[in-house]
Amino acid sequence: MPEAKLTAERGRPTGLYQLVLLKFVSNRVALFGLCCLLLMLLAIMFAPQATPYDPLQKNTPERNQPPSREHPFGTDKLGRDILSRVLYGGRVSLQVGFLSVGLAVIVSAPLGLIAGFFGGLADNSIMRVMDLILAFPGLILAIWLVSLLGSNINNVIIAIAFFSLPTFSRLIRGITLSIREMEYVMAARGMGAGSLRIMFFHILPGVLGPLIVLTTLGVSGAIVAGASLSFLGLGVRPPTPEWGAMLADGRNYLRTQWWIAVFPGMTITLVVLILNIIGDALRDALDPNVRA
Amino acid sequence: MSQYILRRIAIAFPLILAVTTVVFVMLRVALPGDPAQVMAGDRASPEQIELIRRKLGFDRPVLEQYFIFLRNFAGGDLGRSVKFREPVLGVIAKAFPFTVTLTFLSVAVGTTIGLVIGIITAVYQRTWVDNIGIVLTVFFFSIPTFWLGLMLILIFSVGLRVLPVQGAGSWRHFVLPVATLAVGQSALIARLTRSSMIEVLSADYVRTARAKGLAHRQVLLRHALRNTLIPVITVVGLSVGGLLGGAVITESIFGLPGVGRLAIDAISNRDYPMIQGAVILVAASFVFVNLIVDIIYAFVDPRIRYA
Repeated sequence: MPEAKLTAERGRPTGLYQLVLLKFVSNRVALFGLCCLLLMLLAIMFAPQATPYDPLQKNTPERNQPPSREHPFGTDKLGRDILSRVLYGGRVSLQVGFLSVGLAVIVSAPLGLIAGFFGGLADNSIMRVMDLILAFPGLILAIWLVSLLGSNINNVIIAIAFFSLPTFSRLIRGITLSIREMEYVMAARGMGAGSLRIMFFHILPGVLGPLIVLTTLGVSGAIVAGASLSFLGLGVRPPTPEWGAMLADGRNYLRTQWWIAVFPGMTITLVVLILNIIGDALRDALDPNVRA
Repeated sequence: MSQYILRRIAIAFPLILAVTTVVFVMLRVALPGDPAQVMAGDRASPEQIELIRRKLGFDRPVLEQYFIFLRNFAGGDLGRSVKFREPVLGVIAKAFPFTVTLTFLSVAVGTTIGLVIGIITAVYQRTWVDNIGIVLTVFFFSIPTFWLGLMLILIFSVGLRVLPVQGAGSWRHFVLPVATLAVGQSALIARLTRSSMIEVLSADYVRTARAKGLAHRQVLLRHALRNTLIPVITVVGLSVGGLLGGAVITESIFGLPGVGRLAIDAISNRDYPMIQGAVILVAASFVFVNLIVDIIYAFVDPRIRYA
């Protein structure tokens, strides 16, 4: 606390999130990563403007071309430009990553809050169900769900969200448990606040920091999970470009056209790497023991 | 202590029972369409479908089917695979050694490398050694297995021609799959070891050991490492449990006939008894591995309360 007071006297930001932001910004690697990620997002969002090629248009005379000035990532067996397909494919992969984690957070936040706040029977029944989900092998569970529900992108998102539920609800429950015992929660209760009010206005803000870290890391995990599913032939159907599906396609041409598999995989790795770096930096920024 | 272990075992069994129930419900109730129809194929006559239905007991009430299923499961009978026309348990028993070998080799290699990197980066905290370590581990941590596997094939099988692309005939076939999984594992362990070690190194008992005049190496290995290992054990256990059922991608890239590939093939062939058996066994081994980890944990960390 004295530290916060000092900065206040010097007229610098004092709020927890301002301090966190300050610490995050001072991490140059993470800041650089964030800029790269934003650039990639822009390129993916404005794919039609960013590339002159149609990702679906066959162009047989230009098939199987190695990377060149016209096609920086080369072309595939149908003559489609791989860079364009990577950009358009990013729409699917990022959608899967963000939406599935978003869905998981929306479902698991109330579950974790209720389990941690009320304890007892509610806690036991919710967490045992989560243990049960956790006992299933994640990817096999997702593959199975997608094949049961039908192979399309919505079901891929649902399946990935489903098997991420335990991770998120466990984290939220754990933090709720510790915040519940804090004096300010007791004070709020003494002032007559109801359970719902305490959960959402007093506990949830405390959960938010670690939750943002886990969400960042979760998105990168979900992108890989989504790509894994389409790598195995589930999820989006060809000719729709998707990173995992492009890799699966390139796998058969490793001997002769290496670029078909190398570039989509490199893109996934880069996105996942940046998200992990940002997640790590956020964790450090939120950790009061780590100095800026 | 024994009471704690018994309690843990008592929790594990209902979990396995719940897993089998969920698998049963998902296959019999939630499944779109008639399983007998799917198993018989598109060209089967109504008589053939009826025969399959009766043979698999699908004509009986669901609750009765469930109890028959549980009884058979308890007796080790998981039914017959539709595709292999063999008992499911036998088919899985043939695939399991590949998965177990792959899992234990890659976890062993990855954990060893990860521990070494983790300890070195923690000791040389905030130096260039640490920085290189952090960059390398976050990179290794981020490479998806399917791409790493393909790149290793591209370099070592297609380019250098020193290792086979696919199959499971000799130890050489295991080198690339083990490397693929060990990279991620080593990064995970290195990150964990580093942060755990840094925490331990600032503990009072480490300072005491140093003040006593003990050698640096001795403080590190005798006093610090032991406590660093406690969280590492949990994660190693989770990795073993996860890989036993989750090495699907690696097994499929390298054509290793393990359990993960068996499960995927069964799902795409709609071989229901096989899916059921594979998922139950994988989940059961995951629960079992976690149980063992919990027990080891109690032995290693005396701070755990057994109540």
